[in-house]
Amino acid sequence: MDLITREMTLNMGPQHPSTHGVMHLVLHLQGEKIVKADPDIGYLHRGMEKIAENLLYGQFVPYTDRLDYLSSMTNNLGYVMAVEKLLGLEIPERGKYIRVITSELSRISSHLLAIGAWGLDLGAMTMVLYAFREREMILDLFEMLCGARLTYNYMKVGGVRGDLPAGFVEKCTEFIKIFPKRVDEYETLLTGNRIWLQRTKGIGVLSAKDATDLGLTGPSLRGSGVKWDIRKDEPYLVYDRFDFDVPVGTNGDCFDRYMCRVEEMRQAARIISQALQQLPDGSVNANAPDIVSPPRKDVYNNMEALIHHFKIISHGYKTPVGEVYCSIEAPKGELGFYIKSDGTEKPFRVKIRAPSFVNLQSIDPMSRGAYFADVVSVISSLDPVFGEVDK
Amino acid sequence: MDVNELKQEEVLSEHPVLVQKIRSRFGKSIIETAVFRGEITHVIATKDIADVCNSLKYDLDFQFNFLSDIIGTDCRPLNSYFEVVYQLYSIPHKHRIRLKVRVKEGESVPSVTSVWKSANFAEREAYDLVGIVFTGHPDLRRIYMAPDWEGHPLRRDYPLVGYKDQYNPCGVEKKQ
Repeated sequence: MDLITREMTLNMGPQHPSTHGVMHLVLHLQGEKIVKADPDIGYLHRGMEKIAENLLYGQFVPYTDRLDYLSSMTNNLGYVMAVEKLLGLEIPERGKYIRVITSELSRISSHLLAIGAWGLDLGAMTMVLYAFREREMILDLFEMLCGARLTYNYMKVGGVRGDLPAGFVEKCTEFIKIFPKRVDEYETLLTGNRIWLQRTKGIGVLSAKDATDLGLTGPSLRGSGVKWDIRKDEPYLVYDRFDFDVPVGTNGDCFDRYMCRVEEMRQAARIISQALQQLPDGSVNANAPDIVSPPRKDVYNNMEALIHHFKIISHGYKTPVGEVYCSIEAPKGELGFYIKSDGTEKPFRVKIRAPSFVNLQSIDPMSRGAYFADVVSVISSLDPVFGEVDK
Repeated sequence: MDVNELKQEEVLSEHPVLVQKIRSRFGKSIIETAVFRGEITHVIATKDIADVCNSLKYDLDFQFNFLSDIIGTDCRPLNSYFEVVYQLYSIPHKHRIRLKVRVKEGESVPSVTSVWKSANFAEREAYDLVGIVFTGHPDLRRIYMAPDWEGHPLRRDYPLVGYKDQYNPCGVEKKQ
């Protein structure tokens, strides 16, 4: 008897534990092998860009928290930096250092969750428990800073919402001291693990040329051996003052992308410890009374300050006519904000270049010809977050 | 020439590669060049955009091998056209540039998917949300909205509450 094989279509998601949210992947299968993987997205589309057009510049910051909700700090940073670029506003040194410290902490917490959830997807249940142990410490630090654990809304146009609270530097230093040892611990769980190696080595291979062509950024691109990190190549804030390395892979497979994330966590810890040592004194907010609202205690006691506060909150501020594109190295890749201004208090157009959205295009070339079970590994290696994919 | 124009010329001459060289190479296709906050924007004739992108990617002086993003903008009511903005980056040279084309309602833009594969999703997004049609795109369908969705949400005339239908009783009645 002849066996007849024909192509089958399988819907993976949108409610599936290993698609990291609401991704619907239409898989065309020939037996166990993938012929084509077509991501169907938009289940979480909230129209962020349309919302931005109808808000004052400062009012959009809390919305950016809801983009990549695992690393809200860097989203805040990307947006406020774009607005500051449009305004031509420079913020004080201390504000810049605080921004670096918080966004690097954010990078560590994002990578921890990426590796933890990846372990969970491939059956290494323990990893997520260890990862959350350290993630919890970072969330405690952020809670000290701004009272929130997920959606921080900490950065504002012209600086940050508040100076570091008493005890923050000590607690952060303590965390940075123990953290590299904890990374070694994760490596004993995964890096030499035979099952982990079999599920990641040689899976989802992407050459450097293809990865660049597909618009891959962040650790996923560096896993393919392209040494491009916006913090190094177009330094923003004070990144040019720190000594850190940019890890790159050689094979461009899932394992290399994993190793890049592990090494990036160590490097982020190095940056934070240098930033804490160099942390200067002074103001955290720019001296621009028509853009940055005065400190809260002045608002209660000073008539002038109250007027400024009221004016900024209710009317906003006008921006020069023009357009800017500002991109930063977010944990997932290049996070860019394009703002076109028509000179009013509201942006004419805001476009968010979300790294996860662009990275998602490479699922198809990476999983073609692979086994069905490898798709899970491929998705996790990109670390997509659907808040920013769907905007 | 007034003072402002003189100043603009001065700023342009500060960028020998990204302004002067590109202008001399693609002078016929470039309609306008502007510099704002150190960012260079070239407005390109719509029909030439794919060719210009292709040359910019492979020319050793520029090597724009990375497409950051494609942005569709509805410029009404300020202007009557739509803009498509291309954010390019060169990993070897570490420089950025912005290209722009202007299209009227009903006109289409040549797709750059043959130059950079990453243009695929970006162009689908611009089509879905702003309604810009790209000719030569291999798979131009909606990406965020449902396949049977009507209208393009990021257009200025699209109501904030959406159109009225069986799922959205509070929406705006659609004009026939």
